[in-house]
Amino acid sequence: MTITDPTPTETAPITDRRRLVRWPQAWRRPLTIIGGVIIAFWVIVAIVGIFWTPYPPLGQIAPRLSAPSGEHLLGTDSVGRDVLSRIMAGAHVSLPVPILVVALSMILGTALGAIAGYFGRVVDEVIMRLTDLVLAFPTIILAMVVTAALGPGLQNAVIALLAVSWPSYARVTRSLVLGARGSEYVVSGRLMGVSAWRSLTRDVLPNILAPIVVLATMDIGNAILLLSGLSFLGLGTVPPTPEWGAMVSEGVEQFSSWWIATFAGLAIFSVVLAFNFLGDSLRDALDPRAQKSVEGRAV
Amino acid sequence: MSDGLALDNVSVTYRQPGGRRLRAVHDVSLAIEPGEVVGLVGESGCGKSTLARAICGLESLSSGTASFEGHPITRLGLRRRPTPLLRAQMVFQNPYASLNPRRRIGAQLEDGRRIHPGRAPSVVELLDQVGLESSAAQRFPHEFSGGQRQRIAIARAVATGPDLLIGDEPIASLDASLQARIATLMRSVALDAGASLLFISHDLSVVRLIADRMVVMRAGEIVEAGPTEQVWSGPQQAYTKRLLAAIPKADGRGELPQLLP
Repeated sequence: MTITDPTPTETAPITDRRRLVRWPQAWRRPLTIIGGVIIAFWVIVAIVGIFWTPYPPLGQIAPRLSAPSGEHLLGTDSVGRDVLSRIMAGAHVSLPVPILVVALSMILGTALGAIAGYFGRVVDEVIMRLTDLVLAFPTIILAMVVTAALGPGLQNAVIALLAVSWPSYARVTRSLVLGARGSEYVVSGRLMGVSAWRSLTRDVLPNILAPIVVLATMDIGNAILLLSGLSFLGLGTVPPTPEWGAMVSEGVEQFSSWWIATFAGLAIFSVVLAFNFLGDSLRDALDPRAQKSVEGRAV
Repeated sequence: MSDGLALDNVSVTYRQPGGRRLRAVHDVSLAIEPGEVVGLVGESGCGKSTLARAICGLESLSSGTASFEGHPITRLGLRRRPTPLLRAQMVFQNPYASLNPRRRIGAQLEDGRRIHPGRAPSVVELLDQVGLESSAAQRFPHEFSGGQRQRIAIARAVATGPDLLIGDEPIASLDASLQARIATLMRSVALDAGASLLFISHDLSVVRLIADRMVVMRAGEIVEAGPTEQVWSGPQQAYTKRLLAAIPKADGRGELPQLLP
C-alpha cells in the first residue's frame, strides 16, 4: 500500500475519536466493503420481507418440489411453498434473533466477568467455575440439552444460546478488568474516595469495551450458525415458521430437490461470512497492534 | 496524635511465589509536619514507592502503625476510602496512565473538587495554577503531552484540597528539561494549597532544589535523614556519599559518574 497513514503510529487509535469518524483504513478494505454490502442487502431483504413476499411464505399454493423457474425463482419445497418467499420471511428470524442473543450475552457476560475481575475472591471463584462448567461442554451439545429440556421453540432456543455464549464474554472481560484495575487512573479514582462499584463502571469498563465489542461482532456469525443448527435439529423454530436452518433440514430430506437446502444454506453462509469480515475489520480498526500484521508489514 | 503524617516502625512484606517473603519496607519511622516538603531518595527497588503506596493505604502493613492527621491509615479495600484519609493524595509516576483516557479533563478535575473540604478552586483556577489554558478542560488526555498530563494530574490532586501531597517519582518519565520545572511547580502548588509534600525521586539534584528535608532509603530502610543542605554537603553514611557521587556533572569534562563497576 502506497498511501501512508497520516496519523503517527504512537497515537492510540482507541482513544482517538477523530480517527473513528474519519473511517479508519481498515474499514476501507475490499473485504469490509463486501461484508457491509452483504449485510446491508440482507437487512433490506428482511425489512421488505415483513411487508411483501412474492407468495405468502406459509401458503401451500404451488406444485410440490418444482425446480427454480420464472414463476418460482428459487423453486418450491415439499409442501409447495415458495422457497424465495420463505427465505425472505426467514430473514427476519435468522438475522435479528442471533444479534439479540449476542447483545444479551455480551451484557450478561460482561457484567459477570467485570464483577468477577474487580471484586475477586469468592465472587470470582464462583463465576469462573460456572464458566468452566459451561465451557467444558461442546457448545452445540449443551445448547441442544438446554432446548431439549425446555422444549423446542424460538424463545427456548434464545435462552439456550444465551446460556452457552455468555462465558466467553465473562472470561475476556475478567482478564481485561484484571489488567485495568491496577491502572494508575483507576487507583487515583479510588484514592479520591470513589466507591468500588463506581470505579468499575466509570473508570474500568469504558476503557476495556473495544475488544468486547469486537468479540461480539465476530460472535454474530457464530450465533447465526448455532441458531440455524438448533433449528436444523428441530429444536429451534417450530415447523411452519420459516427459518433458514430449518429449511436446510427440510432440504436434506428431499435431497434430489437441491434448491431447497442450497439457497437457504447460501443465505446462512453469506451472512456468517459477512459478519466475520466486519468483525475482522472492526478488530483491525480498534486494535492498532494487529493492524500492522494484517497489512503485511509485520516486523 | 500529632498533625500530619506519622509512620511508626512500619514494615511492608510481599509474599512471593514459592512462599518466600520480600520485605520491601522495614521498620521505617517517618513524620511529616504540615507545610513541610520532604524529599525521599534512594536507588530503584529500595522501597520508596511501596512506602508511598502504604501511606495511601494501597498496601497492608505487616507491622508498625501509620496515622494521618490522627486517623489510623487502613488498607483500601472494596469500601470507600475513609473521609479523613482523602486529604492525602498521590501523583503517580506514569503520566500516560494516570488519567482516564475516556473522560474529559474538566470532568476528572471535578472529581477532585468534589471531595474538597472547603471551597474548592474552580477548574479554570486549577488549570491556571499548573500553567494550562482553560480550554484544556474540554479536551481528552490523549491530546496532551506527558508533561502537560503530569500538570493535570497535579491539578487534580490539588483540587481535593490535600493536607499531604505525595509525588511517586512524578518526574521520572519526563524529559530532562521538564523535570525541574514540574518539581518546582509541584512544590509551589502544594504549599499554596497548604499541604505538605512528600516528593519521591531518584534524582538527588531535583530533590535538593525543592525539599526542606531529605530522607535516604536503601533496601527498605531509612539510612539517613536530615535538612537537605546538611545531607547534601555533609553526608554521614557511606551509601549517601556514593549516591551523591553518582550524580552526573555537567562540567564539560565528559566524565562518567564514579559508581560504575
